[in-house]
Amino acid sequence: MTSLDPRQELAKRLGLEHLPPVHFESAGDVRARLAKHEYLSDEAIASVAFLADRLAKPVLVEGPAGTGKTALAKAVADAVGARLVRLQCYEGLDESKALYEWNYRKQLLRIQAGRSEDQAQESWSELEEDIFSDEFLLTRPLLEAISATDPVVLLIDEVDRVELETEALLLEILSEYQVSIPELGTIRAQQIPMVFLTSNNTRELSEALKRRCLYLYIGYPDVQRERDIILARVPGISTALAEQIAEVVRSLRTLDLKKAPSVSETLDWARTLVILGREEIGAEEAVATLHILLKYQSDIERATKEILGRTVSLA
Amino acid sequence: MLNVLADFVGELRAAGLPVSMSEHVDAARAMRVIDLGDRTALRDSLAATLVKDGDHLPAFYTAFDVFFATRVATPPSDATPDGEAPDGDAGSPGSGQSQGDGGGASAPLSADQLADLLYRALRDGDSTALNRGARAAVARYAGMEPGRPVGGTYYLYRTLRSLELERLEARLTDERSAEDDQLAKRLARDEARARIENLKRAVERAIRERLVEDRGSTALAKSVRKPLPEDLDVMHANREELAQLERALRPLSRKLATRLARRRRRRRRGPVDLRHTVRRSLSTGGVPLDLRFKPPRPAKPEIVVIADVSGSVASFARFTLHLVHAISSQFSKVRSFVFVDGLDEVTDYFDGVDDPAVAVARINAEADVVAFDGHSDYGRALLNFHERFANDITRRTTILILGDGRNNYHQAHADVVADLRRRARNVFWLNPEPASYWNSGDSIIDQYAPYCDRVVECRTLRQLEAFVGELS
Repeated sequence: MTSLDPRQELAKRLGLEHLPPVHFESAGDVRARLAKHEYLSDEAIASVAFLADRLAKPVLVEGPAGTGKTALAKAVADAVGARLVRLQCYEGLDESKALYEWNYRKQLLRIQAGRSEDQAQESWSELEEDIFSDEFLLTRPLLEAISATDPVVLLIDEVDRVELETEALLLEILSEYQVSIPELGTIRAQQIPMVFLTSNNTRELSEALKRRCLYLYIGYPDVQRERDIILARVPGISTALAEQIAEVVRSLRTLDLKKAPSVSETLDWARTLVILGREEIGAEEAVATLHILLKYQSDIERATKEILGRTVSLA
Repeated sequence: MLNVLADFVGELRAAGLPVSMSEHVDAARAMRVIDLGDRTALRDSLAATLVKDGDHLPAFYTAFDVFFATRVATPPSDATPDGEAPDGDAGSPGSGQSQGDGGGASAPLSADQLADLLYRALRDGDSTALNRGARAAVARYAGMEPGRPVGGTYYLYRTLRSLELERLEARLTDERSAEDDQLAKRLARDEARARIENLKRAVERAIRERLVEDRGSTALAKSVRKPLPEDLDVMHANREELAQLERALRPLSRKLATRLARRRRRRRRGPVDLRHTVRRSLSTGGVPLDLRFKPPRPAKPEIVVIADVSGSVASFARFTLHLVHAISSQFSKVRSFVFVDGLDEVTDYFDGVDDPAVAVARINAEADVVAFDGHSDYGRALLNFHERFANDITRRTTILILGDGRNNYHQAHADVVADLRRRARNVFWLNPEPASYWNSGDSIIDQYAPYCDRVVECRTLRQLEAFVGELS
């Protein structure tokens, strides 16, 4: 049983001369280095990021909005000192926006320039070879990530927004780290990029896509972690206040709200309280600033009633 | 280790999780690069490679706890005195005192000591002491008998009852908030609840550990296996499971709507538009290279739902109404009627409400469905529907009748369904009972079946979703 290390295997397939170094020593190393870049991970996040590096596999990150899915990819890019290449997905995204496109205006110019110089001897085959070369290729994020020579982290954001057909475009990149262009042949990755896909779960992703990825579910953090996140991201906040904020937010999340407060909204709230110069949250402050956490009037009313025991005055 | 993994994957598949061959291989590879002694890392790595859906994680964790309880964790307390040693080293305040009797389940703490140990562990958030307390509590209260093929819910219940969690919670709450402030009180209560929840989990774990020891993981995994939310039997779901279903339903209906809308858009092709094609062909010298098509007629069906909302099938009716209205944009019109022995139209309840769950809750409270004794009477309800609304049924209407067909020995009036079918495009009957129970007792589904296009067994959300998906 001669099973190669997955990284070696991939490097061999890509025809890389030497094996690119691994980014992380251990899951603990991931945590420590992400923390340096103000991203507080938990064990699951660190484990998956570590595995993604070691197994050279993309990571599919799912979870409620505003829990730091996109931030994770950014933090990893910072931590390993790589450039972040981002593909924002939307309905109607196609090959020419995601992968590559021929710059046909430039191609036309080239053809016309050839004519005007009156060199009829330039044969068609030469011309054809010329206009289908790198020079006339517009790279889009996916191709850019694959052809980059410097280390990159590829982020494919909100992948659940593209159609099922477009999803298939990604499969070659995710499993083989290569892109096939009919006129040019196959372009293989020059290094092993780390790939993150995020999804808000608005639709079921295809089995084929899921199979090629590691899966990470990021839910709302527990009180301790949320407190630490607040402490790390909001300068000048006291530990007591951060803890209190985290607890209030947890209580809010237990209510049946239309939209539970996300981590980013928690941070906004914390910043507001710091700017207002509060050291602790009383009922007054909470009522006055609740709209930062909750975005629906019915949610605000409900939270005020259930947690603060008051009714919203419309004054 | 690879064999354990193979068994584990087998168990996951048996629990309904789709684990492919390549995912199995990934898991094996992951196990080579992580520290196998670290149980959390092992769990997270296996989850990342084997589970690809957030809703499946609870089922995964259950199976994991059973399979990797004794093999990776330190051996459980009563095997050797050393078993407790690592716990003691962690240095909890009470460790000196409990070290002596922690050696075996046979030297129990007194009830007060135990309660105090748990209380202190919860107050200080000391997980080592908490686990020890949970083990002691299980030894003391669960009354476990070896060899019984149970999943442990009963033991859990017995242990928790003896621990008097309400008192513990009140004690924890008082500890924290002396003030008379509503907000502070609420926070203290939620914190106490979260800690009690930890205790419950610790107790559950302790029970699992002992059950695994008793019967081995493969046998146990089978009895603790939890069905995935979409496979839960709607009619027999308990309250917690119903809440789970409720949560699963919202994303499910959203996904279904997206899928149907996409399908409709992709099918956007009517017959060839000759005029347009000829006009286009002028640019290619009269050769019709580029065919143009007429836009399609949106053949969206009209849906009429007639649902039995009597006790036994109420939750099923609720889910179906919720689902149908959540994707109502896929139909040209949706009208809903509910009945027990009287019939009432509830379509208006869904108007201008963005969350169908709200409307469904209102139906329960307000709809006027009981005319006599409050036992389902399909015959009377259908007759009533026919009298009042038969003229609204056209060739474009699809009628869905929801119910178990248990008519309490009233008259069937099946001819009504026959007439409805003549008027409508389709009549479908969704029955939440397993097909093997049909026509037993007072179920008269067979009297209606000849007049329905199909009678569908619809016990789970998965079946319901599949059926509704076919409709549009």
